[in-house]
Amino acid sequence: MKQLALLLRTVSAWVITLLVVFPLIWLVLTAFKTELQAIRVPPELFFTPTLESFREVNTRSDYLLHAKNSVLTSVLSTLVGLAIAAPAAYSMAFFRTRRTRDILMWMLSTKMMPAVGALVPVYVMAQTAGLLDSLTALTVVFTLSNLPIMVWMLYSGFKDIPPDILEAARMDGAGVWGEFVHVIRPLATGTLASTALLCLVLSWNEAFWSLNLSSAKAGTLATLIASYSSPEGLFWAKLSAASLLAIAPIVVVGWFSQKQLVQGLTFGAVK
Amino acid sequence: MNSASVAARPDEAVHIAAGAPNAPAAARTGSHRLLPRALMAPAVITLFLWMIVPLVMTLYFSTVHYNLMQPGDKAFVGLANFEYFVTDPDFGASVVNTLLLLGAVIVITVVFGVGLALLVNEPFPGRGIVRVLLISPFFVMPTANALLWKHMMMNPIYGVLAQVALFFGLQPVDWLTDHPLFSVILMVAWQWLPFACLIFITSLQSLDRDQMEAAGMDGANALQKFWFLTLPHLGRPIAVVVMIEMIFLMSVFAEIFTTTGGGPGNESTNVAFLIFKQALMNFDVGVASAGALFAVVLANIAAVFLIRMIGKNLD
Repeated sequence: MKQLALLLRTVSAWVITLLVVFPLIWLVLTAFKTELQAIRVPPELFFTPTLESFREVNTRSDYLLHAKNSVLTSVLSTLVGLAIAAPAAYSMAFFRTRRTRDILMWMLSTKMMPAVGALVPVYVMAQTAGLLDSLTALTVVFTLSNLPIMVWMLYSGFKDIPPDILEAARMDGAGVWGEFVHVIRPLATGTLASTALLCLVLSWNEAFWSLNLSSAKAGTLATLIASYSSPEGLFWAKLSAASLLAIAPIVVVGWFSQKQLVQGLTFGAVK
Repeated sequence: MNSASVAARPDEAVHIAAGAPNAPAAARTGSHRLLPRALMAPAVITLFLWMIVPLVMTLYFSTVHYNLMQPGDKAFVGLANFEYFVTDPDFGASVVNTLLLLGAVIVITVVFGVGLALLVNEPFPGRGIVRVLLISPFFVMPTANALLWKHMMMNPIYGVLAQVALFFGLQPVDWLTDHPLFSVILMVAWQWLPFACLIFITSLQSLDRDQMEAAGMDGANALQKFWFLTLPHLGRPIAVVVMIEMIFLMSVFAEIFTTTGGGPGNESTNVAFLIFKQALMNFDVGVASAGALFAVVLANIAAVFLIRMIGKNLD
């Protein structure tokens, strides 16, 4: 009876999982096909894999440009975000006042604003400043929209550090900077890393702002992939290869940071 | 110093987490008063600007005639933009579509998420791999997700779904043309099911096992245990999932932009996409701003509840 239950559980869990992940498996398979094989009816499960599509995607220079834009915007917005969020979280965690809670709540509330509500003003501002289709505009917007989550995650990590350790460092004459570099950074490496990872994932996948604020020059991979939606873009093997290159790094990062990601997105409400 | 030294002092950690808010601060007032504020200032100021500037601009734009194609002409028009947005025949449809999309995705992700989480909560061979695989769709960028479904899954001739239909002797369906909203629901639900599932798995791990066993001893069957023990335990995570999804899915955009373009007609246009169309396709900033205020009000209704819930959890 117990054996049968285990068998049932194993089989059903695996079948459902494979069904859920099937579109991704299909994407990977198609990426290694030729264009003809990709639309063959009935589809082929066994074929000789080819790197033709990857080669073609890579020689199209705009792929590399978009990849570079994605890397630059997500890394820069993560670094700038950390630089702004870490001092704030430090201040809130170690100099708590009556208002700390309200400030945290208010920061959270800015994240609840739907992006589309700010679309028109941000677009008009970017246009007026001549920043449409620029990496600067995207980096700023990514940073701002991730900032509440970053402050929140860093705050929850920092507040678990015992204050005695900080007192000891202060007795030894460490300033704020010294305290941060020598005491908090080593103790909160995990928090800092997972916050950075979460921010990278969110910026990398961000589509609303990049679709609306950028095109040929500053477009990220999310916008490049979107350009395959036109009817003439019906090259499935190339679409798959481009998508695979675009999502693979972030899916792998996601696997390693799934717990932090969930806590970051739920603002620690589920433990 | 490593994490072990932190773990060795759980009492202090708890003290901070649960402690009186002003106790640590009181020890450091005086000379240190300015520093905390200076450290907090960049984050507070930038976020304040990020919130207030667009809001004020939207409020202003919503009351003037402002078309990107007609520069210079910004006459005050009162509530005309609101009237125009609300009486637009697409408006009613877009509200209905927004709610349908939201409701359907929430129901699908919560029901299947709970089911899946229960399934993988008990040990079985390959459980670790299953959990990693299951979460993957959540990290796929929305534009890649949408095109993967649009082309490789839902294409009426070459798509996998059409092949499966043919295999069973059925007529292949042209999903995006005949059921555009359902297609978008499917894509979004596929992306968010792993999120819901992961939260439920996390929560199930703190379920009291002794209580479950005791209930079993007392003759409770699986259904009763689920109904009286598991489901109440999952109440809070379910509420969190519902509200997070409300906030993120109120303005689904990329999936519609890359697949149906809101069509055919207005069949898959939601409020977010309608605002986008008014602003960047009709260039009518005034009307789009009126719509944006409407969207902000909608989102705030969900946000108030979520913030209250998280606030309770904070101290």
